[in-house]
Amino acid sequence: MSFQERRSLVNLISSVLITVIYAAYVLPRMPEADPYSKELFHFWGSFFLLLIPVSIVARIIVFIVFYIINTIATREEEPSITDERDKLIELRANRNGFFAFVLGFVIAMASLVMEMPPSTMFIILICSGIASEVISDASEFVYYRRGF
Amino acid sequence: MAQSPISNNIRRLRFEHGEMTQKDLAEQVGVTRQTIVAIESAKYSPSLELAFRIAHVFSVTLVDVFAYEPNDDPIWKKKK
Repeated sequence: MSFQERRSLVNLISSVLITVIYAAYVLPRMPEADPYSKELFHFWGSFFLLLIPVSIVARIIVFIVFYIINTIATREEEPSITDERDKLIELRANRNGFFAFVLGFVIAMASLVMEMPPSTMFIILICSGIASEVISDASEFVYYRRGF
Repeated sequence: MAQSPISNNIRRLRFEHGEMTQKDLAEQVGVTRQTIVAIESAKYSPSLELAFRIAHVFSVTLVDVFAYEPNDDPIWKKKK
C-alpha cells in the first residue's frame, strides 16, 4: 500500500471519528427548548462554528502521529511533490464529495419544506458533511488503488 | 476497470538504460515513484508533457515509449 493510500485511509477514519466524537459530546447538551426558539438556533450555530477549529486541531494531531508511525514502520519518506496524478485524483475525489454534500443539502432543504423541525435539517447537514468526507476520501483511496 | 488503450515500454527502457530505478526516473521527470508505477501498470495515462519528458529521458521518440491500441479504446468500441 502506497503512502497516498495510507494517507487517504487515515483521512477517512479520522474525519469520521472526529465528527462522531464531537457530535456525541456536544449533541446531548442540546437545549430542550421550543424547536423554533432563538436558543436552539444559537446552539446549532455554535455547534458548526466550534466544529471547524476542533476538526483542524484534531487533524493536525492525527497527521503528526500518522507521519511518525509511518516513517518508523515503513522507513518510507513522504513524497516531496504533488504531481499531476495526485492533483487529478484530488479533483475527482473532491467532485464526488461535493456531489454527496449537495445531495444532503437538497434533502435538508426538503425536510424544511416538509415542515420538519429545524434540528432535523441541521442533523441532515451534519450527516451530509460526514458522507461528503467519507465519499471524498474513499474515492481518493480507490483512485490511487485501482487507477482511473 | 476497462483495459487502457495506451500501453508502454517504460519497464523495458529502464532496464536497457542501466536498470534505472522507478525512483530515478520519477525524480528526472518530476513526479512521484507511485505515478511511474501507475503508468507502467497502465493504471494511469500521463499528460502529453509528462509523456514527452519520459521519452526525453530515454532519448527516444514518443511512439517508442507509448503505443495506442484503438481496439481497446471505448470510444471506438461504442461506434462499432
